[in-house]
Amino acid sequence: MISCARTTVTRDRILTASAVAVLLLFIWFADSTFDAYSIRVLNFVAIYIILAVSYNLINGVTGQFSLEPNAFLAIGAYTSAILTLTPKDKAAIFFIKPMAWPLSEICASFPVSLLAAGAVTAFLAFLMAVPVFRVRGDYLAIVTLGFGEVVQVVAENLISVTNGSLGLKGLYPHTNLWWSWGICIITVVCIVRLVNSSYGRAMKAVREDETAAQAMGINAFWIKTLAFTFSAFFEGVAGGLMGHLITTISPKLFGFLFTFNLLVIIVVGGLGSTTGSIIAAILFVVGGEFLRLVDEPFAIWGYEYPGIPGMRMVFFSAILILVMLFARSGIMGRNEFSWRGLFDLTRRLIRGDLLGKHGASVGHNVIALSARISQLFRRRG
Amino acid sequence: MSGPLFQTQQLFVAFGGLSALTGLDLEIEQGRIIGLIGPNGAGKTTAFNAITGIVKPSAGRVIFRGEDITGFRAPVIARKGIARTFQNIRLYGDLTVVENVMVAGHSSVTYSIFEAVLGVGRFGADERRIRKKAEHLLSLIGLMEVAGERASALPYGSQRKLEVARALALDPILLLLDEPVAGMNPSETIEFRELLLRLHSDLKLTIGLIEHDMGFVMSICHKIKVIDHGIPIAWGTPHEIRHNEKVIAAYLGQGD
Repeated sequence: MISCARTTVTRDRILTASAVAVLLLFIWFADSTFDAYSIRVLNFVAIYIILAVSYNLINGVTGQFSLEPNAFLAIGAYTSAILTLTPKDKAAIFFIKPMAWPLSEICASFPVSLLAAGAVTAFLAFLMAVPVFRVRGDYLAIVTLGFGEVVQVVAENLISVTNGSLGLKGLYPHTNLWWSWGICIITVVCIVRLVNSSYGRAMKAVREDETAAQAMGINAFWIKTLAFTFSAFFEGVAGGLMGHLITTISPKLFGFLFTFNLLVIIVVGGLGSTTGSIIAAILFVVGGEFLRLVDEPFAIWGYEYPGIPGMRMVFFSAILILVMLFARSGIMGRNEFSWRGLFDLTRRLIRGDLLGKHGASVGHNVIALSARISQLFRRRG
Repeated sequence: MSGPLFQTQQLFVAFGGLSALTGLDLEIEQGRIIGLIGPNGAGKTTAFNAITGIVKPSAGRVIFRGEDITGFRAPVIARKGIARTFQNIRLYGDLTVVENVMVAGHSSVTYSIFEAVLGVGRFGADERRIRKKAEHLLSLIGLMEVAGERASALPYGSQRKLEVARALALDPILLLLDEPVAGMNPSETIEFRELLLRLHSDLKLTIGLIEHDMGFVMSICHKIKVIDHGIPIAWGTPHEIRHNEKVIAAYLGQGD
């Protein structure tokens, strides 16, 4: 039995490694053949996966409703941008007010700036968590929502650091598919490993019943702080990636809409499921791009559709409403991907018995019922 | 360490103007099974909550192994060796049965988050140890067959047992059970009684329990404390309690 479990573990590891290899191969293929637009979409997919998976850690896994990713994204983007801009660039950009002294001379490489972005964001998250998690309830949502607004106001007014509402322009487009997907893979691996450790179990216990978690020796305060800081780190890194993808950042860019989009992603994916967050992030970004076609005019069966800008948001909302009506726990519920689950699913697909045991009994009943009805008809005849 | 293993001295709990517990003195000697009984709303669960740090006592002291632990936070008290179950079952419903027990092993984790994320160092050994211990406890309590099920999917009696298994994963010295056989049928109660006695002798546990099932309480406890409206009214062996007039009056009401 033990040896059987071990071979399964080895098999799963080999499968995971090959899946990552296939993904890297795909990135290499995409990087060398895809057009600029598709590459940009793929970059956004990776960044949204990082954001969704780390946001899900605090909101879904630990069950602490927070509304801060836009703020952490902004902090990460500004931190890394300030670090990668050269002193010469900074002198050119900051023409209203020169940049504050030590910052104006600092210059770091892209990976260092990303690490710094994560570290600064995580530190701020830690500072915020300490007072907030001392109390229970929805304070976190209110504080983090307020924090997002504060960050925007600070970014607009701290001109000698952020260049105010003009923002930072001309960032070198460091972010390519290798950076974004590499960090995406690292993030997912880190968070999956954390969730599957004792720390992750403690987070879930806090989500399920905080009092019972405390009674089992879990310091709920530290566990929540840990989850919040951990997710902030990756959100900050994602901010750095995003800044160097779009190359221009300004305070207005990091509005509440980002947080809202991410909330939609993790809820549609299944609150608490990392797999769900990944699937929903891909669907959100790729689907959002695909739905652009309803914004543009086209003709169908002789009907001229004029093209209504913003129409895709209507479609999006409709899809969301449908998900909330018919699949309330999201795409994955709280289930996670596993190779065994995938094999079971394919086996059932091949057998044509998609609903499993339950489906089998339903099918059985339908057959029994139809046999009954046909009997009735035969007797009458 | 002299004196009893566990002691409360004049423990008071008040919620605003309402005093839920008034001057509870409770002594539990090492290796004993002590019952805490009383009519509904007498303050029994409040006493457990105050002892385990879930509510803060307003006055009085809680002493465990010679140390004053009054007002300590719940996780600290749990790590000191007082584990409990809950009257209104509080399992982690969405986690599997074995995970529920493993959660209580978190206090014994020696690996850091970085070791967890990288899967190096003490991570593997610790995880194996925690899982092995959880599985051992589950087989001890008879829930090993359902180890992979979601806790919320278990029948009621099994959920009660799982609460006990989870509490035992803390390696407690003192185990507090809040109505462990509530809602069980007579045969389940007898089975649970056997289980509890076996655990008591095998694991050298000291047990405090709240229960309304008098047959169960009288047959298992060495000594019993009776409280009514937050006020302690009697303390003695099951035989003494059964014939105590104050206790009879509290349960049946007083005639003129």
